[in-house]
Amino acid sequence: MISLEINGKQHSVDVEPDVPLLWVIREHLKLTGTKFGCGIGLCGSCTVHVDGKAERSCQIPVADARGKKITTIEGLPEDHPVKLAWIKEQVPQCGYCQSGQIMQAAALLAVDKNPSDEKIVNTMEGNLCRCGTYPYIKLAIKSAAGKGEKS
Amino acid sequence: MSGIFNVSRREFLKTGALVGGGLILGANIDWAGAAEEGTKKSYAVEPNSFVHIAPDDTVTIIVNHSEMGQGVYTSLPMLVNEELEADWKKVRFESAPVAAVYNHTAFGMQMTGGSTSVWSEYDRLREVGAAARQMLIAAAAAAWKVDKKTCRAQKGKVVHTSGKFFTYGQLAEKAAALPVPKDVKLKKASAFKLIGRPTARLDSPEKVNGAAKFGLDVFLPGMLIAVVERPPVFGGKVKSVDAEKAKAVRGVKDVVRVPSGVAVLATDFWQAKAGRDALRIEWEEGPTAGLSTPGMKEQYAKLSKTPGKVAKKAGDVKEGLASAAKAISAEYNVPYLAHAAMEPLNCTVDLRPDSCEIWVGTQFQTVDRNAAAEIAGLKPEQVKIHTMFLGGGFGRRANPASDFVSEAVHVAKAAKTPVQVIWTREDDTKGGYYRPFWYDSISAGLDKTGKPVAWSHTIIGQSIVAGTFFEKVLVKNGIDNTSVEGAADIPYAIPNLLVDLHTTSIGVPVLWWRSVGHSHTAFVVESFLDELAHVATKDPFEFRKGLLAKHPRHFGVLTLAAEKAGWSRPLPKGRGRGIAVHESFGSYVAEVAEVSVNKEGELRVHRVVCAVDCGQTVNPETIAAQMESAVVYGLSAALHGAITIKNGMVEQGNFDDYPILRLNEMPKVEVHIVKSREKPGGIGEPAVPPIAPAVANALFNVAGIRLRELPMKPEVVLAAMKKK
Repeated sequence: MISLEINGKQHSVDVEPDVPLLWVIREHLKLTGTKFGCGIGLCGSCTVHVDGKAERSCQIPVADARGKKITTIEGLPEDHPVKLAWIKEQVPQCGYCQSGQIMQAAALLAVDKNPSDEKIVNTMEGNLCRCGTYPYIKLAIKSAAGKGEKS
Repeated sequence: MSGIFNVSRREFLKTGALVGGGLILGANIDWAGAAEEGTKKSYAVEPNSFVHIAPDDTVTIIVNHSEMGQGVYTSLPMLVNEELEADWKKVRFESAPVAAVYNHTAFGMQMTGGSTSVWSEYDRLREVGAAARQMLIAAAAAAWKVDKKTCRAQKGKVVHTSGKFFTYGQLAEKAAALPVPKDVKLKKASAFKLIGRPTARLDSPEKVNGAAKFGLDVFLPGMLIAVVERPPVFGGKVKSVDAEKAKAVRGVKDVVRVPSGVAVLATDFWQAKAGRDALRIEWEEGPTAGLSTPGMKEQYAKLSKTPGKVAKKAGDVKEGLASAAKAISAEYNVPYLAHAAMEPLNCTVDLRPDSCEIWVGTQFQTVDRNAAAEIAGLKPEQVKIHTMFLGGGFGRRANPASDFVSEAVHVAKAAKTPVQVIWTREDDTKGGYYRPFWYDSISAGLDKTGKPVAWSHTIIGQSIVAGTFFEKVLVKNGIDNTSVEGAADIPYAIPNLLVDLHTTSIGVPVLWWRSVGHSHTAFVVESFLDELAHVATKDPFEFRKGLLAKHPRHFGVLTLAAEKAGWSRPLPKGRGRGIAVHESFGSYVAEVAEVSVNKEGELRVHRVVCAVDCGQTVNPETIAAQMESAVVYGLSAALHGAITIKNGMVEQGNFDDYPILRLNEMPKVEVHIVKSREKPGGIGEPAVPPIAPAVANALFNVAGIRLRELPMKPEVVLAAMKKK
């Protein structure tokens, strides 16, 4: 059994230690907001917070998540500025990658309240969106940082 | 999802009433019969199948098109509510079950594709809304014993001239007992309150908090996860399988043979995948084992020297070319492309002796249902499909061969358990059904004044629809229309024209890929037209303008894009501009791209100005988003995308070797929508075709190099720069 702290709750799961955290979150805890996209850390759909930092949950063996605070999209408050900005700026199209985008953006704003355009691009370029919502993502991050004005 | 989600129509009526506590409006109306009487409707107007009003005034609109990013869960309810006049804040959506009433009004089967959702429902759903509204008004008038004319509908209420009112929720039950009006009068466009107004998407909240349920998010009691090992070469077959080690992997419950390969079933994905890794399979590779992309290119090039089947002929091309003052010719080719939706393919099946329930993100409900029924040995009506949110579709989830659904039903049947088949990213990339590889040989002649007098275009490639039930409809006189669309119908005034086609049989599965034939033909036609402009020593924009006098909508978007881009203004040093215009799916799009290229041959697209004429707009917010989305999708292909084949095997697998555009490569995209009262056109696809030629033309403008092959990878650009 492996003990995990996810969204402030303690969970105990019976899995092999090498199973990626992504699949434990999805299949064992049924927190399906975190998505499977590529399995090799290239798309960012599976992004969660590990001790406050944005990490690719498909690249973390579940054993390595022990003793850490994990936050998924479901654990990010509903009134989180990033979630609100994502609705305000109408970011999602198909929506599949957006949990990962939001978690990545939230982690950025947690350490940089007023990120530059360059910082936004450098931080977000690891999160793929096949629908091409990139301009809206940029806009929403700026909006969440309190300086959003529609271009 | 509530209980009215995906049950048969009969049950739907029953359950809907139970779940909502209110009523579903109306009774059946025999529009088929009405059609014979002369109304000629190809669809049914059954408010009861599309609108549900609960006692608390919540209005649920059942949407019969799949939501894959394009916003139909908002735009289609908007069509209904324009006439229904419910309080928009009370409007919800729900995905439709599979039933004839939900068939596409033009295609006669339940499906989403071809950028058709809005225009194909534009009349029907407004009529549904109007019929429901009239019934609500009639119910109120009857209750008050007043003339209907003294009542009007307003924001979810029927209000009498005296000021008294009923809410829709209060009227629903009475309204349901009334007959559906046979002739509904629709508002004039000038009276629209909702249509044409930028409207926030109804599905945004659940797509932001992680609650939206995609196919992969379904869990059934006792369900196993399956991954399937498929043949490494298309058309290959299992010769022998040694599953001993796979079965020994912890969590693996079963290994079964299915027509598409060998499925490993386990309690969870990781164990199923580990089990699959432990399989030992000997394959019979089949006839495509020798296939390779360079070989195909050679073969296609040879074919291009011989005449194909004529798709379009006007005047006398031979004569035209012979009499031309100048003639040029060129060869183009574009690669196979994978759709690469963010959500890898998957399908969940619960197969019972007398029923089959499927949860899947699909664009092809009727096809998938019928395929499932056949495999399961059931009647189609015994198969239920829950259409989940699609994590991208782009055509891949609209397969006449129903590959990912059929396979999952086969696995469920063989393993006798509820199952979810998950494709890894590599499975998804290597699993076939690509945009075809195309080769084009094209020549044209100009007269002394630089006007084109002849145009001859030979196209070589696979047919998407050959061997499918679409063949009968879409192939005419041996020509698959999707192979030549955008080429056989070029808008430019050229008196002598010949477009011919060689349809090849290669054994690589092909399919529609966002904008279908146009993604290929627009690149060739619009690039070559640019070549002609150069030979004629004319400005590419002016050159096009001069040939479009008879095509005002092409002319309109072309002029608008050029104007907004500042076409005549000089660019900073090192920047180039390119333009392209193309019609597809009933909409007209012109794009101007601004690019630069560095010493490493890396192209940078800085700005794209996009003008669209899609007729009457429904949700401008969605239109702008779809235009940008299509530009990004097209740019991924123009700059990065290629599926190549070596020894019959696909060489790419994941986003490292099949890259898609990232945020750091995103140009500034400006969208301009032409105001129009023309019939609505499509919007999901039409901005894809012009982007590749606009960028290629801009590259020529800045660096003087002409790329006639996609993608425009740095090494290709570099080689061309060195050769220059």
